[in-house]
Amino acid sequence: MTNLSASKSGLAEMPWSVRISVVFVFLFVAFALFGGWLTPYGFRETSMFDRLLPPGSPEYILGTDARGRDLLARLVTGAQITLVVAIVGTLIGAIIGSLLGIIAGARRGATEAVIVAAVDVQASLPIIVVALFLLAMFDNSFTLFLLLVGLNGWEIYARLMRGATLSAKEHGYVIAVRALGASPARIYLRHVLPNILNIALVQFTVNLPLTVLLETALSFLGLGVQPPLTSLGQIMSEGRDRLMTAWWLTLLPGALIFFLALSISMIGDWLRDRLDITLRSES
Amino acid sequence: MTIDESTGRTSGPVLSVDGLTVALPLSGDRAEAVTDVTFQISAGDILCLVGESGSGKTVVGQAILGMLPRKLPVTSGLIQFQGVDLPPQRDSAYRKIRSAEIATIFQDATASLDPVQRIGTQLGEILEVHGVPRAERSERILDALSAVALEYPERVSRAYPHQLSGGQAQRAVIAAALLLSPKILIADEPTTALDVTTQADILAVILRLKAERGLAVLFITHDFGVVEEIADRVAVMTEGRIVEQGAAAQVLERPQDAYTRKLIAASHPGSRQTVPKDAKPILEADNVSLNYHVGGIFNRRKIAAVRGVSLNVASGRTVAIVGESGSGKSSLARCLLRLEEFDGGSIRFMGEDVSGLERTALRSFRKSVQVVLQDPYSALDPRQTVRSAIAEGPVIHGMPRAEANRKAEALLDLTGLSPQAADRYPREFSGGQLQRICIARALALEPKLLIADEPVSALDVSIQAQILELFAEMQRTLGFAMLFITHDLRVAQTISDDVLVMKQGAVVERGPTAQVLHFPSHPYTQELVASAPGGASLAPVSAI
Amino acid sequence: MTGYILSRVARAALTLLITVSLVFLFIRFSGDPAAALVPPDAPEEVIEQYRKAMGLDQPLWKQYTGYIGGLLRGDFGYSVHTGRPVEDLFLERLPYTLRLGLTALGISLIFGISLGVTAAIRRGTLVDRIVMGISVFAFAMPNFLFGLVLILTGALVFKVFLGGADGWVLMPALTLGLAAMGSFARFARSSLLETINAPYMRAAEARGVPFARRILRHAAPNAAIPLVTLIGLSLGALIAGSVVTEQVFAWPGVGQLLVRSVATRDIAVVQFLVLVVAATMILANLIVDLLYLVIDPRIRAR
Repeated sequence: MTNLSASKSGLAEMPWSVRISVVFVFLFVAFALFGGWLTPYGFRETSMFDRLLPPGSPEYILGTDARGRDLLARLVTGAQITLVVAIVGTLIGAIIGSLLGIIAGARRGATEAVIVAAVDVQASLPIIVVALFLLAMFDNSFTLFLLLVGLNGWEIYARLMRGATLSAKEHGYVIAVRALGASPARIYLRHVLPNILNIALVQFTVNLPLTVLLETALSFLGLGVQPPLTSLGQIMSEGRDRLMTAWWLTLLPGALIFFLALSISMIGDWLRDRLDITLRSES
Repeated sequence: MTIDESTGRTSGPVLSVDGLTVALPLSGDRAEAVTDVTFQISAGDILCLVGESGSGKTVVGQAILGMLPRKLPVTSGLIQFQGVDLPPQRDSAYRKIRSAEIATIFQDATASLDPVQRIGTQLGEILEVHGVPRAERSERILDALSAVALEYPERVSRAYPHQLSGGQAQRAVIAAALLLSPKILIADEPTTALDVTTQADILAVILRLKAERGLAVLFITHDFGVVEEIADRVAVMTEGRIVEQGAAAQVLERPQDAYTRKLIAASHPGSRQTVPKDAKPILEADNVSLNYHVGGIFNRRKIAAVRGVSLNVASGRTVAIVGESGSGKSSLARCLLRLEEFDGGSIRFMGEDVSGLERTALRSFRKSVQVVLQDPYSALDPRQTVRSAIAEGPVIHGMPRAEANRKAEALLDLTGLSPQAADRYPREFSGGQLQRICIARALALEPKLLIADEPVSALDVSIQAQILELFAEMQRTLGFAMLFITHDLRVAQTISDDVLVMKQGAVVERGPTAQVLHFPSHPYTQELVASAPGGASLAPVSAI
Repeated sequence: MTGYILSRVARAALTLLITVSLVFLFIRFSGDPAAALVPPDAPEEVIEQYRKAMGLDQPLWKQYTGYIGGLLRGDFGYSVHTGRPVEDLFLERLPYTLRLGLTALGISLIFGISLGVTAAIRRGTLVDRIVMGISVFAFAMPNFLFGLVLILTGALVFKVFLGGADGWVLMPALTLGLAAMGSFARFARSSLLETINAPYMRAAEARGVPFARRILRHAAPNAAIPLVTLIGLSLGALIAGSVVTEQVFAWPGVGQLLVRSVATRDIAVVQFLVLVVAATMILANLIVDLLYLVIDPRIRAR
């Protein structure tokens, strides 16, 4: 992508806050992938003798929960699930929303009207409310939950990409290439799409932390990831009743969630600033 | 400055700029924005500061008002107003001078007005801020609005900026500038964005104000035609320096400096070697109409963009379509290019009816009719190399890529660009170079008809002449017919054999260019010709 | 202008209708609605009665019109969990949620805008970066974590439980308003920056208008216009946030009711709340659109 390659030199200009964020994200992913090696326990292994041990205990680095399960092991699995749900979910929303937006902008007419109406409907219902509604009626399977989280923000992609497509169509080079005799497929695939993809990418970085927060919130309410599976939010919901006595059960997963969302946001902001500048200088 | 005892009037220059030098930050393309600029303006004098973009002319205006950006410091020089040194930049003392003694108007009048406040309120604010008592304000506002020949000044006063036309907004802004009877007006390209007829009106207003009030004016422009209309004195700037300065008549008739001569030549139309008229028409448009439908479900309106236009163009000849904004000339071009489906009439290309063409036949048609657009900066896909952009046409029509690439390189050479340009991206080129690339792209398909929609309007004056020359040369070499759309009569005179004048979607006059422009018969054409800045010199100066 | 009003109203009505229809379809096709709306241990004849009463033996379109009719009549059904009319439960809890929401909105607006304006005026300085840092922090902070931290602090430091029906509204409001405060700050900053650099600001400077007046009379009104849209948008975030925040603080509002009803599969309540949320947001968006007619003279021309 020409845009990003033009900013290769910019990598050196990354402010320290963004660098720390990148490092944290790497560490988090590494933790999720390889953290299991740090502890001999499985995330479902219970032990009646070692319940509610605080962090720093001899055999359990981060302590245990009410059922004697190693918190570190649970955090690793929780991190895995949270990551998977967040990334897959955001991708689903991004792809579906963007496709619909581009189709609406390209076809206009009745197709556009239907898509715009769907966007309007979604825009008037916060995704968490929709999720709660559907979870009340259907059994909470992991697939359903994943789809619901995926729906987070699709309507924003749709709106953005529709607008971008409409304005791209008016660009000089699109008109000129049309006059050259290019087929609509060529125009869209070679000339319109590559130039508007940046917008979707930017929105992706805004959306990803929100998806993390949505998943963890739903899991915290007990309506998200269900046992025996666990996620960072789910761990927090289990520990919530013992907030005063076993604070590590809520604050440690909570801190992980917070720093993950924060790091992704900071990276996203920085990317957005860089892409915006190159976008502007090219127009 | 001395005061005449008997009349009480001051003599000596109103504004005196001496050795003004303003530095540029390190990232700039030269060390100084403005170097050693010296000039004087007396009461009742209009000094035109002429230069192209980047010459530093705007910086001079900003410096006089104390409104230079922080990054551009004044490193030396003196600015005196009525004999008194102006304070260092950004001093709050400047605030009292602004508008009261030195007033400014900018290029985009509507943008220089607060969009959510009424005109009257904004004018009132100027009076309030300079201590004029409330009781006097509305009368002075209405007086000022009338002084600039705005009809129904009360209505204008109650209006919002978006409700005014470009010309009305500019007059309102001039009225705002006059409220406190300043001694000097700095006008920074105030008519550049306006239609030719509106421009003529605004220039007339300024001339009247000079006559009635003895207003001194520093008029910044790039257009020598405007200079011919209103200047008493001229200063020509390039690369931050004044290269020539003097009385208007002298600079215009006997320019000493090479750059000045180049600018003057660029604003004077050449004449054309015409091709014999008996060539058979390639394009025949008959009574073409196009309507646009705007508005949502509840307020649909029909706008007639093109109304019953007929024209024809023959091989090797150029027809110019002249009109102001809203005349429908661009919409007509889109119909001729089959980029827009027209509603009435017929268009025949090489004898064949174009409106029914679909798919393969339409593709074929596209090979023969190509377009060059107005804005070179957005006419090329920023992600494509120059070679790829030029080669794309032939590739779409089946030419093998290697051959198309060679063709692209040959065309680069033909249009005056270096072979290294082929691997570069559009953002690395200037406007003039980009337009050459667009011409190369259009010619890659060897069209029989080239439609150019205002291709030089966005370019600097001196570059315009080069690009027009390129069009003419290409046409001589390759023999295509050309339809050239422009709002600038001088351009039409330089480039075309025949001209069509359009107004509000319809053709009001047509004929051989020389005849229509020298002896216009329709009142609108007459108005256009009369309004053309430097219009008296539409007579050809040099042949192309 | 009438066209603008009419088209906006029509669009709002259509959106509401589609939403209601979708809710209807989902309930209808998610299994046995009668069984869902009736206590789990009810005998078969009662369920059968419900089916008849709900017209489940009727053709689909008749059920649909019956459903719409019921809604218009104000017949929202009964909570399975408590046996009480749904609207009673709702109205009981609404005041709490309103108090929470409005306080949160107030806090986020006041602090958010002040921070954003300060950052814009002091652009590029340390203050600017601190403010932007705060807004990213506020945006990324999960509200349930923040709430729990507040509660924990309250318990350990002040020895008081900060939640519950008779607790302070300030703590949950702070939690709820945090994220919105971040967006308002960021938005106010960019909107003001854009306005400060607009051509009419330079022109006003050239006319001798002093700095403070330029900011107050020209920059601020123009920068505030898009703020109206943002407030409308943040309504959704506030509703979403209150669902979680009320749980954390045991605040007896509508959000808590929704979560509880989902957990107990109390479909009648869930359905009602979803429709209320949708109607509220659609109405709010419509009001924002119409408000534009008042505050932006350029819209009136359309």
